[in-house]
Amino acid sequence: MLHLPVLKADERKHSMDTDKGEKVDLTDAIFQLEKEGEWIVQRVPEPYIELDTKYGRKKKIPIEHTWHHKSCGQCGHIPGYSASIFWLNREFGLDYHDPTNQTSCTAWNYYASATSNPEAQAAVAIRNFASAYEVGYFPLIHCGTSFGHYKEVRHALVHQPELRRKVKAIMEKLGKPFVIPEEIVHYSEWVLAMKDRIAERQQLDMSMITATVHPACHYHKLIEDDAIYDSEIYGAQRTAIISGTLKALGINVADYSTWFDCCGFGFRHILVSRDFSRSFSVQRKIGVMIEEANPDVTVTHDTGCVTTLDQSQFAGKAHDKKVGLPVMSDSQMAALAMGAHPYKVLQLHWHNTDNKAFLEKLGIDHEKKWSEFQHEIQKIKDGKNEYMSWEDAK
Amino acid sequence: MMALDLSQNKYSDVSMEEKDRLFAEAKADERWEHVLYGCYECGICVAACPSARFYDFSPRVIAQAVAREDTDLIYTLMADSIWDCSQCFSCDRCPRKNSPGQIITILREVSVKNGLKSAKEALQGYGRIIYKIMLTGTQVSPDMLQPDAFPDWGTHVYEIAENLDDWRKALPPETLHTTETSWVIDDKTIIELYLIWHMTGVMDLISGVDEGLYDIIVDVMEERLEEAGYDDVTFD
Repeated sequence: MLHLPVLKADERKHSMDTDKGEKVDLTDAIFQLEKEGEWIVQRVPEPYIELDTKYGRKKKIPIEHTWHHKSCGQCGHIPGYSASIFWLNREFGLDYHDPTNQTSCTAWNYYASATSNPEAQAAVAIRNFASAYEVGYFPLIHCGTSFGHYKEVRHALVHQPELRRKVKAIMEKLGKPFVIPEEIVHYSEWVLAMKDRIAERQQLDMSMITATVHPACHYHKLIEDDAIYDSEIYGAQRTAIISGTLKALGINVADYSTWFDCCGFGFRHILVSRDFSRSFSVQRKIGVMIEEANPDVTVTHDTGCVTTLDQSQFAGKAHDKKVGLPVMSDSQMAALAMGAHPYKVLQLHWHNTDNKAFLEKLGIDHEKKWSEFQHEIQKIKDGKNEYMSWEDAK
Repeated sequence: MMALDLSQNKYSDVSMEEKDRLFAEAKADERWEHVLYGCYECGICVAACPSARFYDFSPRVIAQAVAREDTDLIYTLMADSIWDCSQCFSCDRCPRKNSPGQIITILREVSVKNGLKSAKEALQGYGRIIYKIMLTGTQVSPDMLQPDAFPDWGTHVYEIAENLDDWRKALPPETLHTTETSWVIDDKTIIELYLIWHMTGVMDLISGVDEGLYDIIVDVMEERLEEAGYDDVTFD
């Protein structure tokens, strides 16, 4: 494979593209449809922080009163990812709601198998939004695909009156309000909005860490206008999420030439055609990162990306490929920086690629930490505790 | 890499009327006018496409085939190419504002709706995922992490499978102490999800690609709907 020289994207001089590109600002249309009685717009609750989107629109990011729209892949297979998001909220004493009346967005299945249709996909989205509205909390979307898909759904609902009519009828039958949130907000945007407060509470020096970043395709390629950009991060030529957070933690964010590439997840492929996922992930992402940047960790922010980049390395090792790079989410990195337990909170034992050297570099005694986690497991086995509580996880 | 046979002889047994009908179905989709505007033949979509690096797959060929309304070629692509797409939407960089990824989403839906052989083959082994998402409302549950399902993920999957119950109990968020679903989902929510599937005709799509799976899912749904007081809701 041809390797381009490392591009040093953060050294290029660019500025935010505020007067070019197609702008898909739906704000006016969303509120106009509310005036016409088509739906209810759920306002972003205060306090919120405004961040710039790709073409300069100010996007409101709620800080608390958030309804956590969990990710089936994160909660199912890499649960320390979600646990870290909740841990951060709890550390800051923020009011949040972890619902049991939420379903998956079902978009992973939709993009994998097409065994659904736009009407069903929109109804699933609006049913979840209605559930958040009913308890007075604002949706915070944990999954990149849910985030991208819900933006697509919102776009379709604004532009397709017939789809709105069908979904409205379904919501009426379910006895639920037809609600659209003022903003569709991804948790990485929340982490970025909180970066200075996270840095203020940072316990671990991370200045010796070099990290590469992989942003989720469905975060910044689907309805690209609504992703967060910052003139201070790559001159606003790349999305600021993850990179902005890591820089605030003092981490050296290293560039590599396949930054824009997908991770190889493929939706269908990761489940039933993994030869593609493994090859792409190892050869076009992990291998390139190692060769060009030699990072200690790669940080990403989506179910599929963490899964594919992490799990694919086992097979890569068998083929003598350049692998062995720990994979974590931005929420896990932020929580670790603030002193979260690597096993009780970050739950790193669910990850595949060995991360012990990374923890050692940070001065973390992983053997001691694992022993502490095993102590909690023993309490569960002995029937002393039914579950490990947040208090036990301290 | 298997070369894609675009000679147009491969599916000559399928009538042109049938090929035209399938394309007309795709073109009638409400999204169609927002996913295809033209094509500069610049190849940016191919350059950005992960699948193009590993398969004989080209979003440009697909965009041009549908732009030309070449229904013969479109049928070949529906049969042999569209399921290679990663659905990452890297191709949305198109300077003409096309979305080859969404063209493919629509073509896949038409393939599933019409029970094409290629759709059935592409979804072989995928049935357990459909079963899980349709019935439980979460797609990848902890108990799916089994060594026989993910042998290429190494010994760590054995460790997870062996310790699954205890490790799930050792998660601080109260909603994550589950093994069959990704989080706790209440019964009322599941019933609402089944009603959505019923009202939107989604089960008919599944019937088209896997009738046996359809029967199993519908049996479970109808029983739970009946228990919840929806005796009149059937999927027949």
